[in-house]
Amino acid sequence: MADLNTTAALWWAVVASGLYHGINPGMGWPLAVSAALMERARGSLWKALAALAGGHLLAMTAILFPFSMLVSLVTWQREIQIGAACLVIGLGLYLLVNRRHPRFLARVPPSRLVLWSFLAATAHGAGLMLVPIYLGICDLAQEGAGHTAASTLMRSTLATATLVAVVHTLAMTAAGGTLAFGVYRWLGLKFLSRSWFNLDLLWALSLVLVGGLSLWHAL
Amino acid sequence: MNLRPDPTFHATPKLAMEAPAETLAFTLMLSPDGSQPDGLAVVDVDPKSKSYGQILHQVIMPYTGDEFHHFGWNACSSSLSPLTGHAFLERRYLIIPGIRSSRIYIIDVKEPLKAKIHKIIEPEEVFAKTGYSRPHTIHCGPEGIYVSTLGGGGPDGTDGPPGIFIMDCETFEILGRYEMDRGAQDKHYDFWWNLPRDYMVSSEWGLPPQFENGIVPEDLLSNKYGHAIHFWKLRERRNVQTIDLGENHQMALEIRPAHDPAKDYGFCGVVVDTTNLEGSIWTWWRKDDGTFEAKKTLTIPPQPAAPDDLPALLKGFEAVPPLVTDIDLSLDDKYLYVACWGTGEMHQYDVSDPMKPVLAGKVELGGIVADTKHPNGRDFAYGPQMVEISRDGKRVYWTNSLYSTWDDQFYPDDEGGQMVMAHVGENGGLTLDPDFYVEFPKGYRAHQIRLEGGDCSTDSFCYPSV
Repeated sequence: MADLNTTAALWWAVVASGLYHGINPGMGWPLAVSAALMERARGSLWKALAALAGGHLLAMTAILFPFSMLVSLVTWQREIQIGAACLVIGLGLYLLVNRRHPRFLARVPPSRLVLWSFLAATAHGAGLMLVPIYLGICDLAQEGAGHTAASTLMRSTLATATLVAVVHTLAMTAAGGTLAFGVYRWLGLKFLSRSWFNLDLLWALSLVLVGGLSLWHAL
Repeated sequence: MNLRPDPTFHATPKLAMEAPAETLAFTLMLSPDGSQPDGLAVVDVDPKSKSYGQILHQVIMPYTGDEFHHFGWNACSSSLSPLTGHAFLERRYLIIPGIRSSRIYIIDVKEPLKAKIHKIIEPEEVFAKTGYSRPHTIHCGPEGIYVSTLGGGGPDGTDGPPGIFIMDCETFEILGRYEMDRGAQDKHYDFWWNLPRDYMVSSEWGLPPQFENGIVPEDLLSNKYGHAIHFWKLRERRNVQTIDLGENHQMALEIRPAHDPAKDYGFCGVVVDTTNLEGSIWTWWRKDDGTFEAKKTLTIPPQPAAPDDLPALLKGFEAVPPLVTDIDLSLDDKYLYVACWGTGEMHQYDVSDPMKPVLAGKVELGGIVADTKHPNGRDFAYGPQMVEISRDGKRVYWTNSLYSTWDDQFYPDDEGGQMVMAHVGENGGLTLDPDFYVEFPKGYRAHQIRLEGGDCSTDSFCYPSV
């Protein structure tokens, strides 16, 4: 029973991190507003959101899939969890120290939103933030399943990784889309500069927190 | 780094117009003969203040011979670009290049009345890191601060073409050249862009030997100054199209794109047509296929004059050319202000239809022949030159100097620096404020004006005004 609760909690964490990424302007919802206003067409808003979601999903899978391969090495599970946790904490600490205005994202032309979204998510470690949560889900699933053939296990961890990435991206798109549409339709662009908070510090701390929890769990 | 975007950053030009009015202006003071160091004057422009129209503070530089001209902010409304995803810079520093020395000053104006030098970038660093010299126009854009230059390498700035370089917007470190492919561009002056549409437009004045020691009449009469505008893929850093305005259209200077990024057009002012001494305004626009076109949409004729009233340079022509040396567009893209530095007039054109500018207002002040006095009865040296419009479009400020050596050729008997302001009528029209007249300290001339919180030639907007 405790396991079921933990599993549910971890899935909620996947959704919550998606919502969190979605409301962060740094993940791109203002681009959807800009697209709709520039093209003078509401459809452009949805098109831009789809491109941003695509890029975000790619960034999630690019991080999660390699880990899903590793997870099938059941004997090394603890080491993998510790390694992943350290990686996430490390990135969090790096982002805490390096608080510079990012430059390279500005080089991407506005017409290439998928690429932009992929790079933005990767640079912020949005995918890495999911890794400890994902590993936790896999861990619990395997405890329930006992010893299974490596190939079966890999298939199931890959499926879990895909599901985690999709659920996270859907939550992210729902949150960002709601904000983008709200600003486009009702709130107006004044809301943009009023609601834009510097989440850098919070974001870096979130990475450290997620990594720390996972490390504590693994040890 | 702020937790919220700087309150002076606005998503659209319309929101910028609704922001509180400016209370301070920053104006550059230059010593024409380099006998004193140049400076930055902080001017009170708050009509409710007791010191309205007075210089409240001066930052005097430690070196002489810089020759201040144009300047700009470290950050503007372009920080709200959805592409950078990071809106937390502060509008806090003014970047002031010396076009004669190639030295660059970073002035901290967080407390405007205690404005002070934050950093000095020595000319050697500019030369070494960019191969360019004589830095000029400043715009804050993607990747940092863009600085246009008028000269290439070597002592006279003709070793290689001039161009644009980029500076980090926090450390003010010079990062390097902008251009990947400059195409036919071999001279430089102004530049501006449309950020969401991802293009840039640049213009041409002349190479350093053509302006540093004064205008070279033979070069002008043989059409050797710049007469082309260049269109760039902004983020690809590539010149994709050059439009030659015709070699008689000498000196294509200020580039003023519509502030609303949904509009795909802008203006460029040409100083003089060598066939008839006219000044002209060109409208450029982007076509559906992504290429550009430009057309002369306004000409301003010269005024006949007796040779005795003219400086040596113009005696043979028996006329005063208007000399369109600066233009500026209001944030609602409605009025284009055109400085006629030769005839001594400031024109206001209604450009609601950008292809058909209509004269809506005019102020006469100074001028080579007219030499019109200010309504307060005082002299105005030279003519109306660098013009800046308040964000709300209701006040227009200008100063009088063009460039030290050129001032002396066109106005050999004038001296002094002044800044004045005119009010814009409800339906256009332009009237000088008799009570606003700033006289700069003896030995100084005045050039570009920047208004507190941004103005009509500093901020680039990333969202349309709807």
